[in-house]
Amino acid sequence: MSTHSPGVPDSHAVQGRRREYPYALFLLPGALAFLAVIVVPFLMNTGISLTHWQGVGSPKWAGLDNYRALLDDSAFWESFRHSLAMVVAMAVLPTALGLVLAAALFDYIAKHIGTRTASVLRACFYLPQVLPIAVAGIVWSWILAPEGGALNEALDAVGLGSLRHDWLGDPDFALYSVMAVMVWVQLGFPLVVFMAGLQRADPSLHEAAELDGASWWRRFWHVTLPQIRPEISVVLLWCTIAALKVFGAVYVLTKGGPGGATNVPSYFSFQSFFEKTQVGYGSAVSTALTVIILALALVALRLQTRAEDR
Amino acid sequence: MVLPFLVVALNAVKSPAEYSANGPLSLPEGIHLDGLRDFWQRVDFGRKLFNSALISGSVAVLAALLSVLNAYAIGIGRVRGRPWVLAFFVLANMLPQEALVYPVYYLSKQVGLYDTRLSVIIVFTVIQSAFGTYLLSSVLGAFPKEVIEAARIDGANKWQVLWRVVVPVSRPTLGVLLVFFFIWTWNEFLLPLVMLISNDNQTVSVALGVLQGQRLMDATMTNAAALLGVLPAFCFFLIFQRTLTRGIAMGAVK
Repeated sequence: MSTHSPGVPDSHAVQGRRREYPYALFLLPGALAFLAVIVVPFLMNTGISLTHWQGVGSPKWAGLDNYRALLDDSAFWESFRHSLAMVVAMAVLPTALGLVLAAALFDYIAKHIGTRTASVLRACFYLPQVLPIAVAGIVWSWILAPEGGALNEALDAVGLGSLRHDWLGDPDFALYSVMAVMVWVQLGFPLVVFMAGLQRADPSLHEAAELDGASWWRRFWHVTLPQIRPEISVVLLWCTIAALKVFGAVYVLTKGGPGGATNVPSYFSFQSFFEKTQVGYGSAVSTALTVIILALALVALRLQTRAEDR
Repeated sequence: MVLPFLVVALNAVKSPAEYSANGPLSLPEGIHLDGLRDFWQRVDFGRKLFNSALISGSVAVLAALLSVLNAYAIGIGRVRGRPWVLAFFVLANMLPQEALVYPVYYLSKQVGLYDTRLSVIIVFTVIQSAFGTYLLSSVLGAFPKEVIEAARIDGANKWQVLWRVVVPVSRPTLGVLLVFFFIWTWNEFLLPLVMLISNDNQTVSVALGVLQGQRLMDATMTNAAALLGVLPAFCFFLIFQRTLTRGIAMGAVK
């Protein structure tokens, strides 16, 4: 772009626009910063995963030892199973609930009660998304506390005291409790994306189906859903990636406990790094997690490019 | 959805005695601000707010700047191999921070940046600008070429075109990015937890998260802490609601 074809006289050369720097020069600060903050640390992490290292002294080469140990470590596999539970809580359930809620807000509340009410409700659902997870953690660990916690007190107040539990402290319940909190945290994101998608969709299809006497459920299934399919796949993938990365919520709610009942790979690697000082092992966990996430991110990217080409 | 916030607000203004007598669900008998005041002083909350604002504000501005430079080269300059450059930025943004945290911790100790707010600012500037580059590149890719050519014919060089034409026209997108970068950085937990160990450097998120782990507080002070943590987020939300919803839709489908 910056070269001039020789046949065309350049009337502006006099103004000092001779050999201009290429556009690639604008990438230079970004490239250097990325090298220092992302590329080098990431390569270091991968390198460390091939060593035994406690964070001090010199690392000892271990080859694939850490990865082999990982395959045999039941605590790691358990944390990985909890990751799948988080995918259900942060991607599957919020997407499903978000779809129904978005459709209900969009074609019922907005039409029969008012668009203002619909957008206020949307805002309420979105609010937990802008909250620091540490704050959400404080709120929920108090609500779910065994003694004097709001949930148990509420159960007592309505005569269901027999349902009282130590929601976060009982190994049989802790994972479900964390999952429930994550649904609450996550629901607003799909809801907002789907409502934006519905605004793009063609209303005449919906009206035609309504005139033909299709029930709300049939219209939702056959008209609404196909129209926002690109949004659904993108949201599902982004949320799945977020679910695999979840750390803060586990740290503030349960610290992976009780007895590992809510541990997830990201917290597992944090523990290996900073509590057990098994830095090589922690790096292997985080490298394995990275491979999975990047593979999913590539799929997400492809889907998104396809959505753009529509 | 908002019910937990209401319950928290109710209990943050009760006295400990009232809380233990009537439980968490009763209406407060009066406004009792000791819990809030005690908590504020105990964690030096003003300082934490300042740290969070300083870090998030610097990151928002610097990351937006870096995003603009990158996206200018990719979206308008159409540098060679740009799908690859773009894919690199997206993957950098998707990377779990666990895969960076130990080397970042180690390297920052080596260069004397450990436990400084600057270290966190640098790292998040880069991570956030990865998303910004991705979003802005697609916006600038659709930038009307005639406008740029007109400016070039008038004798502006690339630097001038960027600042006098591209940046002013992209102001709405830049606004969305600034808001998102600010809020995301405000909410970040893992890296600040690892990097900011001294009380004087901690952010609101880290201070609350660490305190939560220690479980040293009574119920009213816990609620006071939660209320003080919720309020800034709630204010951003009220101020930037429109920008936020516009940004999410843009980020998801762009």
